[in-house]
Amino acid sequence: MKILVPVKRVPDPTQKAKIKDGHIDLTGASWIVNTFDEYAVETALRLLENGADGTRAAGEIIVVSIGPEDAAKEIRTTLAMGADRAIHVVTKDSEIDALVVVKVLQSIIAAEKPDLVVMGKQAVDGDANQVGQMLAGKLGWAQATFAATLELAGDKKSLLVGREVDGGVEYKRVPVPSVITVDLRIVGSKSVKNGITPESHNYSGEGARLPSLKGIMAAKKKPMVTGKLGDYGAEAAPVIKELSVTLPPPRAAGQIVADVPTLVKKLADEAKAL
Amino acid sequence: MGNILALCEFNGPTLRSSALANLAFARAAATAHGGEVIALLVGAGAQAASADAAKYAPKVIVVEDAGLAHYLAETYAPIVARLANENGATVVSATATAQGKDLLPRVAALLDAGMASDIASMTAKDTFVRPILSGNALSTVQISTPIVCVTVRQTEFEPATELGSAGAVTTAAAGAIDALGATFDRLDAQKSDRPDLGDAKVVVSGGRGMKTGENFKVLEELADLLGAAMGASRAATDAGMVPADWQVGQTGKIVAPNLYFAVAISGAIQHLAGMKGSKTIVAINKNKDEPIFQVADYGLVAEWEKAIPELISEIKKLKASR
Repeated sequence: MKILVPVKRVPDPTQKAKIKDGHIDLTGASWIVNTFDEYAVETALRLLENGADGTRAAGEIIVVSIGPEDAAKEIRTTLAMGADRAIHVVTKDSEIDALVVVKVLQSIIAAEKPDLVVMGKQAVDGDANQVGQMLAGKLGWAQATFAATLELAGDKKSLLVGREVDGGVEYKRVPVPSVITVDLRIVGSKSVKNGITPESHNYSGEGARLPSLKGIMAAKKKPMVTGKLGDYGAEAAPVIKELSVTLPPPRAAGQIVADVPTLVKKLADEAKAL
Repeated sequence: MGNILALCEFNGPTLRSSALANLAFARAAATAHGGEVIALLVGAGAQAASADAAKYAPKVIVVEDAGLAHYLAETYAPIVARLANENGATVVSATATAQGKDLLPRVAALLDAGMASDIASMTAKDTFVRPILSGNALSTVQISTPIVCVTVRQTEFEPATELGSAGAVTTAAAGAIDALGATFDRLDAQKSDRPDLGDAKVVVSGGRGMKTGENFKVLEELADLLGAAMGASRAATDAGMVPADWQVGQTGKIVAPNLYFAVAISGAIQHLAGMKGSKTIVAINKNKDEPIFQVADYGLVAEWEKAIPELISEIKKLKASR
């Protein structure tokens, strides 16, 4: 099984947002692999490997990233986690939007013919949550968004996907190939079933795996192809323009109340909330 | 000139309350675009809910077909895209519910439309304000495609009010239905008599400090006393204490009730992003240094084991005195 995992590098979300000239100031920012994309790499690994002994029989994981030259560092991180090779389409973040990204991915998919695209449900900087669905729509493929669990069928021709929806969990079956976007619970200890990893095996459930030292060394030798938008039939013509960014007004300072009766009194008389 | 095609979810004979936020946006967009609001109801039961939709929109289009027994993005998206073209829509909108978020980008792809997700407001006909960075910043974006797709953050729009006269209901054919190999398997529904987390007036949330699912019972008692929905932090849902769809936060539900109780919740950025739009926030935590106290209007430094039963009894007293 060949799995394509699009990943994005994003500013570390634990940094405080700063504004300069009406836009987010990223001077000196530290960068990470988008958390949900890291989960997607983890998911792809769990789909292919025997989690109990770490062996992988067959299959390939190709990471694709569309972003600035510096993003090569974050792409290497995903190779160190265990992805096999990478494609880096070098461009400025300001030159692309969801539709441009989808166009590039379509072109790569036409060439690579993966069995599955697995990606994060959204990037934690823009929070748009669009690319997976758009890509599936453009490809004419089925989609399973916000995947919390995945179960690969015995014949490897379909997957049963548990999706957290309003009011419960929806189970949807999608064929191969299709586009799957993952939510945070996909990294639970038993969230991915591939028929290879023993039922008794528990993943840590703490998130995506950290690259091992061996993985980091191996990643240095793994192939990374770099190209430009034009190489993939796309151009820097975003249809979405960010006019400005502002910080929301801070909440007014609250008060500490002494005890429960005081709290109830204030909620009733002052906040008129009871 | 352009119409606004507003996709509306329904539940039995009525629109879901989340749809009213979309219709409120659609009304404002229709004025800006010099067109009218067309409410679109797709799927099993659409006809039965059309009379309710007609209270809010001058035009209602219903698409019902045996092939649409369950929602699938694959079958719905081509219908929405086709009807957008046939009805001169310049905006296609939905509420940013699980379904809206799944469907609208796919519709946008079929229409080559730029999309603004989860918008908080519209400042010009093609310009929208939307939260980014987990709600820590607000981005104003302008979209230059002839058709624009939008999902609307429910908590940022006052529900649409009823029009003076009922709108006209028409039906449209589903056309060829192709699920592209996808099938609906089942829905494991969380049954609850409590209001929807997304539109409850009061929310009671518990966090890691509740320790076990059993301990949430006392919070549920408080919630039922207040007619509140139950919520939880990611730590509590991840630990399996309570159902995953109780999660309030950037990666769960975004809520903005009149009153929000955060009990034994530390207040990670991720959680704050999902509830800091609440009108009044109460934090109850035994550790006075937790970040939740920085967004709380009222903080009580106390152990929940003692505070919650006392709170229940005090609220009962208050109710009895009225």
